[in-house]
Amino acid sequence: MAPHTLDRRSFLRVSSLAGGGLLLATYLDPLTGALTPALEAAGEFMPNAFIKVTADGLVTIVAKNPEVGQGIKTMLPMILADEFDVDWTAIRLEQADLNEAVYGRQNAGGSTATPTNWDPLRKAGAVARHLMVQAAAQTWNVAASECTTASGRVHHKASNRSLGYGELAARAATLPVPDPNTVALKDPKNYKIIGQPIKAVGVPDIVVGKPVFSIDFTLPGMLWAVFEKCPVHGGKVASANLDVVKAMPGVRHAFTVEPRGDLTALAGGVAIVADTWWQAKTARDTLVVTWNEGPTAAQSSAGFAARADEFFAKGPAFTLSRLGDSDAALAGATKTVEATYAYPFISHAPLEPQNCLASFRDGAVELWSPSQTPERGRQAVAQTLGIAPEKITTHLLRAGGGFGRRLTNDFAVEAAWISKVIGAPVKLQWTREDDMRHDFYRPGGFHRLKGGLDANGRIAAWSGHFVSYGEGERFIQSANMPGTEFPAGFVPTWHLGATTQPCGVPTGAMRAPRSNAVAFVYQSFLDELAHAAGKDPVQFRLDLLRVPRSLPAGVTNDGFDGPRMARVLETVAERAGWGTRTLPKGSALGVAFYYSHRGYFAHVAEVSVDADKAVRVHKVWVVGDIGRQVINPSNAENQAQGCVIDGLSQMMSQAITIEKGRTVQSNFSNYQLLRIRQAPPAVDVHFVLSDHSPTGLGEPALPPILPAVCNAIFTATGNRVRSLPLANHGYRWA
Amino acid sequence: MAITFTVNGTSRTVDVPSDMPLLWVLRDVLELRGTKYGCGVGACGACTVHVNGRAVRACQTRASSLAGAQVKTIEGLSPDGSHPLQRAWVDVDVPQCGYCQAGQIMSAAALLAQKPAPTDADIDQAMNGNLCRCATYIRIRQAIHKAAALTATATAAPQAQDQE
Repeated sequence: MAPHTLDRRSFLRVSSLAGGGLLLATYLDPLTGALTPALEAAGEFMPNAFIKVTADGLVTIVAKNPEVGQGIKTMLPMILADEFDVDWTAIRLEQADLNEAVYGRQNAGGSTATPTNWDPLRKAGAVARHLMVQAAAQTWNVAASECTTASGRVHHKASNRSLGYGELAARAATLPVPDPNTVALKDPKNYKIIGQPIKAVGVPDIVVGKPVFSIDFTLPGMLWAVFEKCPVHGGKVASANLDVVKAMPGVRHAFTVEPRGDLTALAGGVAIVADTWWQAKTARDTLVVTWNEGPTAAQSSAGFAARADEFFAKGPAFTLSRLGDSDAALAGATKTVEATYAYPFISHAPLEPQNCLASFRDGAVELWSPSQTPERGRQAVAQTLGIAPEKITTHLLRAGGGFGRRLTNDFAVEAAWISKVIGAPVKLQWTREDDMRHDFYRPGGFHRLKGGLDANGRIAAWSGHFVSYGEGERFIQSANMPGTEFPAGFVPTWHLGATTQPCGVPTGAMRAPRSNAVAFVYQSFLDELAHAAGKDPVQFRLDLLRVPRSLPAGVTNDGFDGPRMARVLETVAERAGWGTRTLPKGSALGVAFYYSHRGYFAHVAEVSVDADKAVRVHKVWVVGDIGRQVINPSNAENQAQGCVIDGLSQMMSQAITIEKGRTVQSNFSNYQLLRIRQAPPAVDVHFVLSDHSPTGLGEPALPPILPAVCNAIFTATGNRVRSLPLANHGYRWA
Repeated sequence: MAITFTVNGTSRTVDVPSDMPLLWVLRDVLELRGTKYGCGVGACGACTVHVNGRAVRACQTRASSLAGAQVKTIEGLSPDGSHPLQRAWVDVDVPQCGYCQAGQIMSAAALLAQKPAPTDADIDQAMNGNLCRCATYIRIRQAIHKAAALTATATAAPQAQDQE
C-alpha cells in the first residue's frame, strides 16, 4: 500500500493497490493550494488527503482531522468527493490516525480547516478525476476531451460506452500525475455535493447508541484510572493516605505523581488504578491528601479585580497601538464617555469529560485520544515520558465537544504517565468535577474605555486600557488583545494600552478566543457612543466602517475589510426590520458586529426585559460573510445557531470564580449552562456571498451575540450592562 | 450484590456494589455504552434511560433499586434505528458533537409516549433537564415535532406501519 514516489514536482502521488486499485495522496501547500518549490526544498510539503479506489468500485475517502462536533469529518470529504465526481452516498469514510507527515496538519482549532483545505482538496479531487478520464480515454482509444464523468463513472457519449472508476483504477494508478494547477476545477454551478445540506456523518450511529466516542473505547485487559490533582493550580502532593486507598476493593495501584514543568504539563496529584472505573472512583472518595499548594494559593477573582482598579488609576503600562494624540483629542472633544467593563474566567465544559486510553509497552506508547491537537499531544507525551515522538502512535477518536478545551493534551499526558508507571493499558476517565476545576479557562479581563465625540457626533478619540494577565508585556495564553481592535484604524486618534498582572490559573483558547470577550466590551462601548451622539446604532457603525482604514506602521494587519462588514451589517439590519418596526414597551432590538477567524458576522437580537429583570430573547438574526461558497449549509446553520446560543449561555450565567488559588465551581449545578427553555424560538441564519475564498465557521458567529443582546437591554430598559455575567446584576431568563 | 433486571427486553443478572449507579452498570458491566456520562449529579441528562417506562437519570439510579425493573436504553429504543425520533434526528441533522443526543432522544421518547403531539412549551418543559453543550436546541425542537408527525402519519396509515 505504500505509495511509490513519482515526480515530487507533481505534488501528488498515485500508486496501485493490491487487487487493481488506486491510491492518491496529495502534496500541496495547505494554505494557498499553490505550488511552492521553496517549501519542497525545506522538506515541508504537506500531503493532505487520500482517495482510495478499489477494483470493486468502492471509493474510500480518508477524513484526516479530529471531529469534535464542528462537522469536519463530513465537510472535507464533501470537497474531495464533488471534484472527483462520485456520489456522496456511494463513498466510504475512514478516520485517519495521527500522521502529519502523510496527511498534513490534523488540528481542530482556529476555524482553519476550511481556508487551508479548500483549494488543496478540490485540486486533489480534480486530479483523481483527471486520471480516471485519461485511463478511460486510453482504454477506448478516444480523446479525453470526448469523455465526461458522473457518479463515479467515465462516459463516452459518441460510442455510448462507460466504465466505473473501479474498473479504471488499475490503469489510472499507472498514469503520470498532472500538475494540479493545470487541471480544470468544476464550475461551481456543477457542484452536486458542495453547497448541498449534507447530513453529518456518524449521526445514524449516534442515534442508536453505538460506542463512537472516545469515552466508549476500551481494550481487553485494560485498567481504569482516576487522577486527583491539587485544587490549587500548580500545587503538589505533600502526603496522602495511599495505604487506605490501596485497601479498597478492586484497587491495583495508588501512587503520587510529581508535577513536571508548567501548567500545561503533567500536574501533581494522586493516581488510583482499579479493575473498574467505579471502583477507582469509590476508592478516591477515601483519599485524603495534604497538598503543598505553592505560590499562587492566595490568588482570587476579587484580588484580580482590585489590582485592575489600581492599574486603571495608573494608566496603561505599555501600548498596543496608537495614532495621533488621543489625550488631546479627548480634552478637546464636544462630549466624552467613560466606562469600565469586565468579564470573568469561564470554562469550556465539553459534555464528554476528559479521558484518554494509553498503552505503554516496551518503550512505546499507543494512545486513543479525543484531542483537538493530536500532534501537540504526541510531542507532550514524548517529552514527559522521555521517549522519542516516533515511539508514539495516536488514534483520533470522536470527541464529545471541544470548544478549545482539547487543544491542551493534559489528559493524554496523564494517561500515558500512569500507563508507564503501572506497565499496563489504562483508561483515564476524569469526573465532571475534575473537568471543571482543571480547565484551561477563558481568561477574565478588565477594560477602561474613554471616547470623545466631535461637534458632528463622530468619534474624535478612542482610548482603551486593557488589564489582563501575564508578566510585563507578555500575556498568558489567550489573554492578549490585538492593536487592530475596531475602531482602531477607523477613528482619527486612538490609544490602546495594557497592563498585566500575574496569574496562576491555567488559561487557554476557547471558541473565538479573545473575540468572545472583547466583542462584548468594544461593541457595547461603541453603542454607548452612538447613543451619546444621538445617532442610530446601525448608522453610527456604518459611518465608521466606510472610513478608509489606516493602521500605523508596526501594527500587524488582521485583514479586516470595513466595506465587507458594512454590507453584512446592512443586510442584517434589513432582515431584522431595523428602524421599521414598533416594539412593545420593554422590548428592543440590539445590534453588534465582529470580525474573527476571517469571518464577518453581524447580529440583531430582539429582546424583552420585564420589571423583575427577566430577559427573553425572542429572535436573533445572524448574517455572515465567509466567502463565495457555504460548503455545507446544514452544518453552517447548525454551527451559527450553536454559536449564538453558546454566547447567550456565557452572557447570562457563566463565571468561574477563583478563591484561594482554586476554582470554586464544580459541576453544572453551580455552573449553569443555557437550557432548552431559555433558547430563542428562532435564530435566522443568512450568508451573503462575496468574492473571497471560503473560510471557517466554528467560531466567528459567536462574539457578536453578547453585545447585541446587551445593547438591546440598554435600549429596552436604559440599563447598560458593563460586566458579565448578567446574573450578577439581577438578570435572569424569563 | 447480585441483581436481576431486564435491559432492552433481555433478563440480566449483575454482581455489583449496591451503590453502583445504573450508568456504570450499563457502560462497564453490560457494555452498553450509548448511555453517556456527563456530570454524575443528575444535572445534564446525558445518561437518561427509561426505568419502568419513566425517563430517569442513570447516574442517580442505584443498582440496588433495580431488582425486577424494566430498563430501556438508547440501544433498545428500536431494533434497527427506525424509531420516529431516531429517523427525525437524522433527517433534521440535529447533532453537532452528538454526545448528549442519546439522552435527548430518551427524554423525548418518554415525552412522546405521554403526549403524542407536544407543543413547544411541552417540549421545553420535558427536555429542560437535558443539556446540549453545542446548543442544538432549535433543531431538537424541530426533530421532536417531526417525530410526532411521523408517528401520527404511521398511525393514520396502517399500511405504512405494516411495512416497518
